[in-house]
Amino acid sequence: MAKVIYEKPKGITDAITHYCPGCTHGIIHGLVAESLEELGVLGESIGVAPVGCAVLAYNYFNCDMQEAAHGRAPAVATGIKRVLPDRTVFTYQGDGDLAAIGTAEIVHAAARGENITVIFVNNAIYGMTGGQMAPTTLLGQVTTTTPYGRKPEANGFPIRICEMLSTLEGAAYVARVSVHDINNIRKAKKAIKEAFQTQIDRKGFSIVEVLSTCPTNWGLTPAEAIKWLKNNMIPHYPLATFKSPWGVK
Amino acid sequence: MARILMKGNEALGEAAIKAGAKFYFGYPITPQNEVSAYMAERLPEVGGVFLQAESEVSAINMVYGAGGAGARVLITSSSPGISLMQEGISYIAGAEIPAVIVNVMRGGPGLGGIQPGQADYFQATRGGGHGDYFMVVLAPESIQEMVDIMQEAFDIADQYRNPVMILADGMMGQMMEAVDLDNVEKSDRNLPPKTWATTGMAHHQGKNIINSLELDPAKLEKHNLDLKKKYDEMAKNEVKYEMYKCDDADIIAVAYGTTARIVKNTIDMASREGIKMGLIRPISLWPFPQEPFDRTADRAKAYISVEMSMGQMVEDVRLAVNGRKPVHFYGRTGGMIPEPKDILAEIKNILGGVK
Repeated sequence: MAKVIYEKPKGITDAITHYCPGCTHGIIHGLVAESLEELGVLGESIGVAPVGCAVLAYNYFNCDMQEAAHGRAPAVATGIKRVLPDRTVFTYQGDGDLAAIGTAEIVHAAARGENITVIFVNNAIYGMTGGQMAPTTLLGQVTTTTPYGRKPEANGFPIRICEMLSTLEGAAYVARVSVHDINNIRKAKKAIKEAFQTQIDRKGFSIVEVLSTCPTNWGLTPAEAIKWLKNNMIPHYPLATFKSPWGVK
Repeated sequence: MARILMKGNEALGEAAIKAGAKFYFGYPITPQNEVSAYMAERLPEVGGVFLQAESEVSAINMVYGAGGAGARVLITSSSPGISLMQEGISYIAGAEIPAVIVNVMRGGPGLGGIQPGQADYFQATRGGGHGDYFMVVLAPESIQEMVDIMQEAFDIADQYRNPVMILADGMMGQMMEAVDLDNVEKSDRNLPPKTWATTGMAHHQGKNIINSLELDPAKLEKHNLDLKKKYDEMAKNEVKYEMYKCDDADIIAVAYGTTARIVKNTIDMASREGIKMGLIRPISLWPFPQEPFDRTADRAKAYISVEMSMGQMVEDVRLAVNGRKPVHFYGRTGGMIPEPKDILAEIKNILGGVK
């Protein structure tokens, strides 16, 4: 008799996602949903979707959701959390949303120690709008708005969000993970769960940056994209737990 | 409690608390800073939350979140700050979230000045942000009326799931008047329960989504048609105005807020000189009252819109008069306040011209 070894998490709806083949958003959605379910807070959760590739995340997460304006998710989440302090409130944002137009909102949510959890998906490009340079785009990386590669003299340097937010006292949990292989997916799951636990324990602001692929706009196959993430993104965006209520190794 | 002497900005804050608003998000800007200071002190006493945001952009999005979670929320600002909030106000209208927004107007454009103005009329009455939307815009002329209107504003917001704007000005915010905060009339509106609020699926039936995105054009058009129906209801039910000495007036001024009070003084001056002058005072600027114009257009010789702007409400006055009589304009702007003697001089000119 067949034995069930994996089921779709209860935190994910039956909607068919619009994500491109090979995109890792689906994996990250799954990890968030599993974490909320395992922590027993799915029915107590309110998520905030961004503008960008995950704009329709409100259709995919099986919990109450609000859809925010571009970059404003941490402000929206703040409003929800201040009204409902015993609920679990999270944002799910991309790198254009969080690290460009939403820098004021993310920095100040962290500085206030706002007791929310931020899932920050970094794929080094604007996906939804067709592959423009993001604040996280690597030097030399070709995008539609850096056709000759990102040059520091013209386009500046990629922002390391976790390192920046780690300097703020209000940030209680800050970690960068990746989902390019099974081992790292397991580590990502652990970090996301810890981030939500930080909120449940009322320790303050928590963020997990998840390095993610964009085969479509990187112009690579899914397999090549995984390799590109490993070889190019991780050297610039080192995987680490920067801050944690349980201490950092 | 008897009437107490209170600054407009503080009275509006207390009125909002009395109307059940326990959440306030704001950002410092003159001439409305007393609201924030008042709320910072008072809200913790009533178990509420005051939060000073990092910008008006952020503050209005906190309102989106808090209102979407089912709370009564107040936000206040002044002209340049309200401009920054337009993105959020459009989303709030699109996602149908109740909220009360107070604009304590100052002179513009740009950074403008910090003295009273009424130059945000277009912005307030035409939505202000992108897309097809309206909100009820209420313009009180005294601090007592601002207090009374606050309760009404929250009720209207909840009834229609729509933002409501109170359009005040620096004069209303800064001056002190005697107010009675305890005998504000409670409405008999039948407010629907907030079954749509995102409070967590364990706390209601099904899944709630607060959202203004619809990628299917047919569905988005349907959403706009549904919103239009709601705006039509608001336009039908929420008209508010005062007619002052209009019965036998030869000339009727149209003015709101602070300017309406100045016009009332002008009417007394005019009457001493034998000039029959009246006032139509729209209290709801959107929906703009049509009826007082229909009631006066036969008898009055002319209308004059008096504003602290270069001429904004005058366009609505022209639409309401619809060519039946001449419509004139007198305005001061930049923080300059119209004086009764100057308004009267203008009126004498007009009456001289329309004999």
